[in-house]
Amino acid sequence: MSTATIRIPTPLRSFTGGADEVTVGADTVRGALDALGERHDGLIPRILTETGEARPFVNIYLGSKNVKTLDGLATTIADGDVVSIIPAVAGGRS
Amino acid sequence: MSAKDRRLAELRGSIPEIDPIDAAALQARGAVLIDVREPDEIAAGSPVGAERIVRGFLELKVENAVPDPKTTVLCLCAGGVRSLFAAEGLRTLGYEDVRSVRGGFNRWKTDQLPIEVPARLDDDARERFSRHMLMPEVGEKGQLRLLESKVLCIGAGGLGSPVALYLAAAGVGTIGIVDDDVVDRSNLQRQIVHTDARVGESKVSSARETLTALWPKANVVGFETRLTSDNVDEIFGQGWDVVVDGSDNFPTRYLVNDACVKHAIPNVHGSIFRFEGQATVFWPTRPAADGQRGPCYRCLYAEPPPPELAPSCAEAGVLGVLPGVIGLLEAVETVKIVLGIGKPLVGRLLTYDALEQRFTELQLEPDPGCAYCAPGKPFPGYVDYVQACAAPAAVAAATS
Repeated sequence: MSTATIRIPTPLRSFTGGADEVTVGADTVRGALDALGERHDGLIPRILTETGEARPFVNIYLGSKNVKTLDGLATTIADGDVVSIIPAVAGGRS
Repeated sequence: MSAKDRRLAELRGSIPEIDPIDAAALQARGAVLIDVREPDEIAAGSPVGAERIVRGFLELKVENAVPDPKTTVLCLCAGGVRSLFAAEGLRTLGYEDVRSVRGGFNRWKTDQLPIEVPARLDDDARERFSRHMLMPEVGEKGQLRLLESKVLCIGAGGLGSPVALYLAAAGVGTIGIVDDDVVDRSNLQRQIVHTDARVGESKVSSARETLTALWPKANVVGFETRLTSDNVDEIFGQGWDVVVDGSDNFPTRYLVNDACVKHAIPNVHGSIFRFEGQATVFWPTRPAADGQRGPCYRCLYAEPPPPELAPSCAEAGVLGVLPGVIGLLEAVETVKIVLGIGKPLVGRLLTYDALEQRFTELQLEPDPGCAYCAPGKPFPGYVDYVQACAAPAAVAAATS
């Protein structure tokens, strides 16, 4: 099992008690998200659909790569990897 | 024989001369024609496509115009005398094939070869933009490009304020602003084109006042309306070189993306939320550095979030300085695109965390099946999404 850091975007930090990073042990990106969900209730439905796929307005990155371009949520992670959750953000004008 | 005539005879013996008609033919095959006359002479006309470097600065500036010393260089003045001296100077610098155009611009004209009256900076512009002109990457040519450019800003709010202000300062000649809102006192914590005295005034007219106070010649084109599928084509179809998205809601962002794809306009994108921001350039018709085409917003996020999951509302708050950081990243990208210099943020998402003071670069891939920007797909039409802003309770859950 590898130890990875998950970066939590501001809009979702209310689910992590304000934490901007959560460290988890997992073998894959999906495993990392599962571990995150076990610790922080209500967070995963914001990121994944009921069938366990990334929502269309959320991208999951491993390092600088979108996991869509790797093996999706099955992408394996190594010690020290950074998983980023990048939701669509609209703000700017008001 | 005077000293001058003796020297000219020497030069004629060593510098090859070429008739204007042959010079024009060589120019068409890649030789560089340099008009070395004074600016007031050039103002009345100069050969089409010529580089214009005044004799006094020729050796100092020629390498920007002609980096390869093996390039054939043709020097032209008014009558074919100063060009001999100019050609000799270039030879001494190491240019291997330098020729002087016999009879100069006078003969060029009588031979009815193509001429143009080059656009010129006036004295005000020359002084105002002098720090741009000192840099070879911009120079007079680049500044003229900026002056002739047209940039459309979506929104005159947190992002649009610094964008429009710096674009006007940089000399972007025509700045369009789309905004249907009026200035509110709570805007002034970050929307720096507006003023306390203009609370209640339309944001478009307030922004125009600030931009023209900075640069009276800025042409500010206002659209005091909300962008919809009904007006987006009319507004976007006015020859904009770049669109800068500083909107604050998903329906507008998707309209901006789709219209930019349809009209093939680079879409400089920025968004902010509390202490975090994102910036990128959506420009599917321009290839990214790796040769792959760039994505559009829909490649990244095919659909906006449903209202109950949308994280972004005015109630969420924003650090007032943050839109300055993200807006200026957008302004930098815009100026680079207009000038055609540097490496644009195509295929790269720059995220910024103000609390950590950390920038992170993420790779963006185009979606080969994207309904909007995949090559060969017919334009599927605009969608008027319902304002996807969460109900107050959900906002509290999402952002508190």
